[in-house]
Amino acid sequence: MASKDDAMNVDYDVSQPQVMFQFYKRLYPYQAIFHWLNQDHAPSRLFTHREFAFTLQGDVYLRYQSFATAEEFQREVCRRSPTRFEIGAIYNARPKDKKVMRPGALQPQRRELVFDIDMTDYDSVRTCCTDKKICARCWGFIAAAVRVLDSGLRNQFGYRQLLWVYSGRRGIHCWVSDAAAMDLTDDQRRALMAWLEVVKGSKDTAKKVNVRFKNGELHPALSSAVRILNPKEGDPATRWNFDGLILHDQDCFKNQEQWEDLLKLLGNADIADSLRKTWQSDTERTSRRKWEDLVKELRKRDKKTQSSVLHAMEEIILQYMYPRLDMEVSKHRNHLLKAPFCVHPSTGRVCVPVDPATVDDFDPERVPTVGQLLSELDRLDGVPGGWEKTSLKPYVEMLERHAQGIIQEARQGRKAAQSLEF
Amino acid sequence: MISREKRAAASAAASPYAHLTYQHRLNFYDEPPRYNITLDEFESCAIDRLRILSEIESCLARNRSPEDMKTVIDAQCRKFLPLDANTASKLVDVDAQRKRDHLGHFVLRLAFCRSEELRRRFVKSETMLFRIRYELADQNEVNQFLESKKFAWEKASNGELQSLKSELIAVHPRLPWPENGSPPAYYKVNWTSVPDLVAQRKVLLRLGKAYVPATEQESIVLQEFQERIESNLDRTAKALPRLDEDDRILPILGHLADGLLAGIPMDSSFAVTEGDGVTITADMIEDLSRKHFPLCMRNLHDNLRKDKHLKHAGRLQYTLFLKGFGLTLDEAIVFWRKSYRGGKVKDDDFNKEYKYNIRHSYGQEGKRADYPPMNCARIITSQQPSAQESHGCPFKHFSIENLDTALLTKYGSCGMNSSALPEINKYVKDGHYHVACTRVYEITHNIRKGEGLGGGESVTHPNLYARRSMDAAKVLIKAETAPVDPSAMVEG
Ligand SMILES: [Zn+2]
Repeated sequence: MASKDDAMNVDYDVSQPQVMFQFYKRLYPYQAIFHWLNQDHAPSRLFTHREFAFTLQGDVYLRYQSFATAEEFQREVCRRSPTRFEIGAIYNARPKDKKVMRPGALQPQRRELVFDIDMTDYDSVRTCCTDKKICARCWGFIAAAVRVLDSGLRNQFGYRQLLWVYSGRRGIHCWVSDAAAMDLTDDQRRALMAWLEVVKGSKDTAKKVNVRFKNGELHPALSSAVRILNPKEGDPATRWNFDGLILHDQDCFKNQEQWEDLLKLLGNADIADSLRKTWQSDTERTSRRKWEDLVKELRKRDKKTQSSVLHAMEEIILQYMYPRLDMEVSKHRNHLLKAPFCVHPSTGRVCVPVDPATVDDFDPERVPTVGQLLSELDRLDGVPGGWEKTSLKPYVEMLERHAQGIIQEARQGRKAAQSLEF
Repeated sequence: MISREKRAAASAAASPYAHLTYQHRLNFYDEPPRYNITLDEFESCAIDRLRILSEIESCLARNRSPEDMKTVIDAQCRKFLPLDANTASKLVDVDAQRKRDHLGHFVLRLAFCRSEELRRRFVKSETMLFRIRYELADQNEVNQFLESKKFAWEKASNGELQSLKSELIAVHPRLPWPENGSPPAYYKVNWTSVPDLVAQRKVLLRLGKAYVPATEQESIVLQEFQERIESNLDRTAKALPRLDEDDRILPILGHLADGLLAGIPMDSSFAVTEGDGVTITADMIEDLSRKHFPLCMRNLHDNLRKDKHLKHAGRLQYTLFLKGFGLTLDEAIVFWRKSYRGGKVKDDDFNKEYKYNIRHSYGQEGKRADYPPMNCARIITSQQPSAQESHGCPFKHFSIENLDTALLTKYGSCGMNSSALPEINKYVKDGHYHVACTRVYEITHNIRKGEGLGGGESVTHPNLYARRSMDAAKVLIKAETAPVDPSAMVEG
């Protein structure tokens, strides 16, 4: 777990229960989490009827926990010191009463709309790391996915209360807390996911994007995704776009197997043949140059060929960069998702909120670890203090600001509903 | 000032149907029926509706095309649940039809609100039924109905549409935008009102609103229908405990729910008198069973041949089936005596006990009730047979391995082969036993998939299976007119 800049903190091992206990006792931001989930200052059903699930030492899994107040929540988390815990739906009754209810009587009712994007789903396209590893470079895929999804959820679906959270290792979660999103039924969640899903098929499927209408057009939602991923001149500058990430940094079409994939996706044997000749003889040719070759080659062709290959190029952009979502997580209200500010058991990193505006510059390797945070507390030499005295502070403040925004909007929503009644 | 009478007269003149209690054929079932009904009406209109809903479920399970399904369900509706338009002949009492439709829906709502599973299936098949009726109705009728519901659908303004023009055209390239005239009509609704269109990216979304072309209105209507049924079911479920006091209704409701779970109404009956005076004799059964019996009865027959004996439940199931098949009491006694000969039951015991049982089944002993042959629902919901028993429905009660072996050995000679098994097994695993049986009928009778017993009908009764199979083979046996020689009963 120790990264280069916390070599002096090696004493803290997250597999030790007392380490987790220290973290929960001194660092975990209960109030901010409570405000965020509860959407109000006084405990509401959004909190009291909410399921929490604890994973304890030895992979003991406790579902259907629920708490009446933020204090009880804090007490129980400290007492159990779980290796991690998850947040689920708001039920028609207190989940902890499940045992005394008749079977099937406890039903999920509301829940944040949640998303999970995991780096593993990008293994077929990223070139810097594989498997469980992630670095600042392959974070580019996540950053691009965040930009597309964040914009779609806001502009198409009209949601405003989005919280992005680093998953602690190789992915990111998103929690949407708008009342309209909380209310979605499972069927509606399924429909929303079908709208968002673009990259389909197993790793043996060569062409994973088939989204055009019969007349060849792209849906405007997808055209705007293409534009976010591959901005035109004059659009806001981004670091992790198709040119920066795929063509330059990841160099995705470097070796023959990779560029053959690209040629296959073009769907034009003639252009593929002529490019293949150039590329075979120049093994050092960069992906950027290859893409330029393609554009030059295309200029020589007639309008009809140009149009069909340009379409294919848009689909290639989507196939390499469009968000790859874990569909199941989002479709069901009762699906559990790891709570923000939990600690990832293998990296020791805290699952901190991420600001989508600066997601391009987020570096997962600079996220504070438990060991680092506890060492920061040690350096206080007995002066009392919690997260506000450590490098966790900006992250907690980010969540608290977000929660206050939700509380305010919920209050306005209630006022509007009242004024309608009178 | 216009007097109230004059106004009423004017509106009656405007609508020639003002005298009807139910102005429209289509119904959102928002209002419960408010009149007294007999228990018989209560049950019968629910059973007829259940028949239709079950047929819809089996169409969905069999993946029939929407067009096929529309034809099949429309035909079934005409038979069991006719619902004519206002323009129908004066001889049709459309109010009475609509009352039955209304009533049936509410009784089933009571029966199916109790479990999540039943609710989900009810909503799905009711929405499909509404959809079929909606699509078969003429546009005038639909428009009048929609106007009466006063939906608060917002029309998108022309200015707004103009500003989204290029994007709207990208989504709906075939909607004409006149050069100088106004844009095509669009509704602007919360996206959650049209989840199906959203799932297929068939609308433009802006800040949570979906721009739905007026031509896609059906999607909004269906979603509206489904949501109302869902929330009404929830409310019914909460009100149900109060009904628990009425012990006449509860057994009926339970019975109806069992029917939906079995996939077929519990009352699917088979009229023994139906058919054309075919008389079957004891010695014909062996041959006919191979050609025309469904698997449950083949299984009973073959076990009877092998063991020269059947346990009580199997004997009852098979006796009643043979009765429905056309075996007279006298022939039945001949058949059973022969079948038991050489087995563990002595002739004496047979005369004492078994003969009585057979006569009883034919209504000649005891209460003298004429017991009807068992339908699929009854057979499927019968008790799991023990190792020595052979009653029940093989699709439900056999293990998959035993089922596959039985299908191949019993029907191998009439077209059943192992390539057909995965599909049949899938129906079985999904709990659509009668769909599996219907598929076997299609395969063994060399009938196009989806045709079922004819016109898409699925198997709901073993006797119907056998009767249709006989009809198909044009087996015509001259009615035996001579009385059976009583000595034959003894000699066999
Ligand atoms: Zn990497």
